[in-house]
Amino acid sequence: MSIVWTDTVNEIAGCKIHVSRAGTGPTVLVLHHDIGTPDRLPFYDALAAQFDVIVPHHPGWGKSERPQWLRHPRDIAAMTAWLLTELGARDVSIVGLGFGGWIAAEMASQSPSTFRSLVLVAPMGIKPPEGDIADQAIVSYIDYPRSGFHDQAAFEAVFGGISVDQLEQWDICREMSFRTAWKPYMYSQTLPHLLGGVRSPTLVIWGDDDRIVPISAGHVYTRSLWNATMTTIAACGHFAEMEKPAEVARRVTHFVNAS
Amino acid sequence: MHMMYFTEQPMSAYDAKAGLAYGATALTFSNSHFDPNEGSRLYNEYLEDYLLAEEYGADGIMLNEHHNAPFCMQAKTNIFASILAATTRRVKIVILGNPLPLCDNPIRMAEELAMIDMISKGRLVPGFVRGGGQEQLASGVNPAFNRERFIEAHDLVQKIWSEPGPFRWEGTHYQHRVVNPWAVPMQKPYPRVWVPGVLSKETITWTAQQRYPYIALNTSIDHTKEIWKQYSDTAADCGYTAGPENFGYLIRVHVQDTEEKALKNAREFMWMQGEFTGLAHPVWANPSGYFSPSGRRGFVQFATGRSANPRGNPSFEEQIASTMIVAGTPDQVIEKLKYIVQNTRPGIMGIWANDGNVSREDRQRCIKLLCGEVMPAIKEYGKSLGLNDPWEANAPVHLRYSTDLKTRAAAE
Repeated sequence: MSIVWTDTVNEIAGCKIHVSRAGTGPTVLVLHHDIGTPDRLPFYDALAAQFDVIVPHHPGWGKSERPQWLRHPRDIAAMTAWLLTELGARDVSIVGLGFGGWIAAEMASQSPSTFRSLVLVAPMGIKPPEGDIADQAIVSYIDYPRSGFHDQAAFEAVFGGISVDQLEQWDICREMSFRTAWKPYMYSQTLPHLLGGVRSPTLVIWGDDDRIVPISAGHVYTRSLWNATMTTIAACGHFAEMEKPAEVARRVTHFVNAS
Repeated sequence: MHMMYFTEQPMSAYDAKAGLAYGATALTFSNSHFDPNEGSRLYNEYLEDYLLAEEYGADGIMLNEHHNAPFCMQAKTNIFASILAATTRRVKIVILGNPLPLCDNPIRMAEELAMIDMISKGRLVPGFVRGGGQEQLASGVNPAFNRERFIEAHDLVQKIWSEPGPFRWEGTHYQHRVVNPWAVPMQKPYPRVWVPGVLSKETITWTAQQRYPYIALNTSIDHTKEIWKQYSDTAADCGYTAGPENFGYLIRVHVQDTEEKALKNAREFMWMQGEFTGLAHPVWANPSGYFSPSGRRGFVQFATGRSANPRGNPSFEEQIASTMIVAGTPDQVIEKLKYIVQNTRPGIMGIWANDGNVSREDRQRCIKLLCGEVMPAIKEYGKSLGLNDPWEANAPVHLRYSTDLKTRAAAE
């Protein structure tokens, strides 16, 4: 069954935010990575076969306008919560991917009993007790996304034949990452203290070969949240939903349906 | 014409093979290759060189700073400016420049510069720069806000120097409760600020809007003319006519008694494989958000190896032929510099004279010939062309002090 996606533009905090939406059923908000997102992914289609899926572009990323004042992922969290209100979405589950996982955690910490469930896939946002979050500032636009795949063939399958448009987009995404998460790089010093109130059941998913966010951060997330379990995916890097879309979609579907 | 002596202060005593083996000589090239004993020797030798440049007649000593790299040992330009303030008597101390965005406390910057101005008895030219991309990464400063920080820090320093304290500063990137430093500059209304640069059109426009001289850093003659045109057009929009006092030009020059020796030492200008700021990954030089968005599409292709370096990578011979590097006996150098001066018409000239592994003896001979013979001849030639420097032209320190504006000033 082919999935039909509808793109809309929603004005949030004075900025035009791009949203793709498809499917029916319980609502699942998907928050993309620091490197932005292709418009369509097998992972999104797999979820849309089961759920009402909302995929916004973060403000300043992809097709969404940049708020010049934006300074922190917590600002993106507030704008995304505003977006859900505009869309009339209720009883939402959030799937946060990497940087989007940080935004999801911020949204949940600000609204601890609102969300039906959370799935955090290798979320940034917490300082790993062992290792550091990889610094994209000192590597090329291509090497950074590559390092987030265990299997380079999977990278090629998603991004092969990288266009100049894609390179330009990655530079814009990187600039937005700097504008919102430069220092400390890709984590909040306060977030771990604010997660304990979150009542949404949470699944933390980590690729066992994540070279961007050390898995030690996942253990902190799991300990800090009120009701979280952690699971790993074998032979998988940071961009798990792109490298193992069926596997991640299966686990998300099962968890959201069970919540 | 104001003529300055400049050197990058090369850390020539590092293991060049290690840099080539690592594939980079900047940012992440380990400082385990820095030998502080050699560093001590070189710092002190470079100080001697500056004193010699004053003794032999240079109008100014031009200083700069860079971080994490052997091509420039000077990590804090205000340190050398402070030393020269006390050890020289006549030369202008020209800082080109302090990287303002790197500074989290512009009040401290204003204080340090005021102290240098007073200790030097009013000889400071406190230029400002955005700082290269690598400097942002080496200092942990967000490249995406580089230009905003540059302008706001400048505005705060300017206010400190031109209005009595105390006052409060509630800006976007800087907030200060009580701005009231007791050290203020001796030169009034405040010391002349010059701005050097290479590529950024936004910086040229901003500099012209301030009426600060713009110093083109070893750009080609054609490119330099384009810079002057952009500056002049902006000046006209602001209501004044730009002249030689608004323009400076830095050029690599090496002088010796024989052409052969001059050419041999001038090859050292290529010691970083022709790169001005060391061998580096392109994204270090232009981290995302640092560069003008108009250059994004071209840059991402260069950064991923899909297009050639927009600056090109001309050989030593090509650079000698195109006068990007000048080398020879005093007479040969004077002839070539006259050609450059005639075509670029600067009121300020920086001579970048010694780079890489030039021996102490040869460096000092170069300085003696350069400051004692070449500079006087070029100054005389500049005079015949009417190329006045900002002091000779009695140019206003900033647009706001202009008395000759034809329209309402844009930068007010």
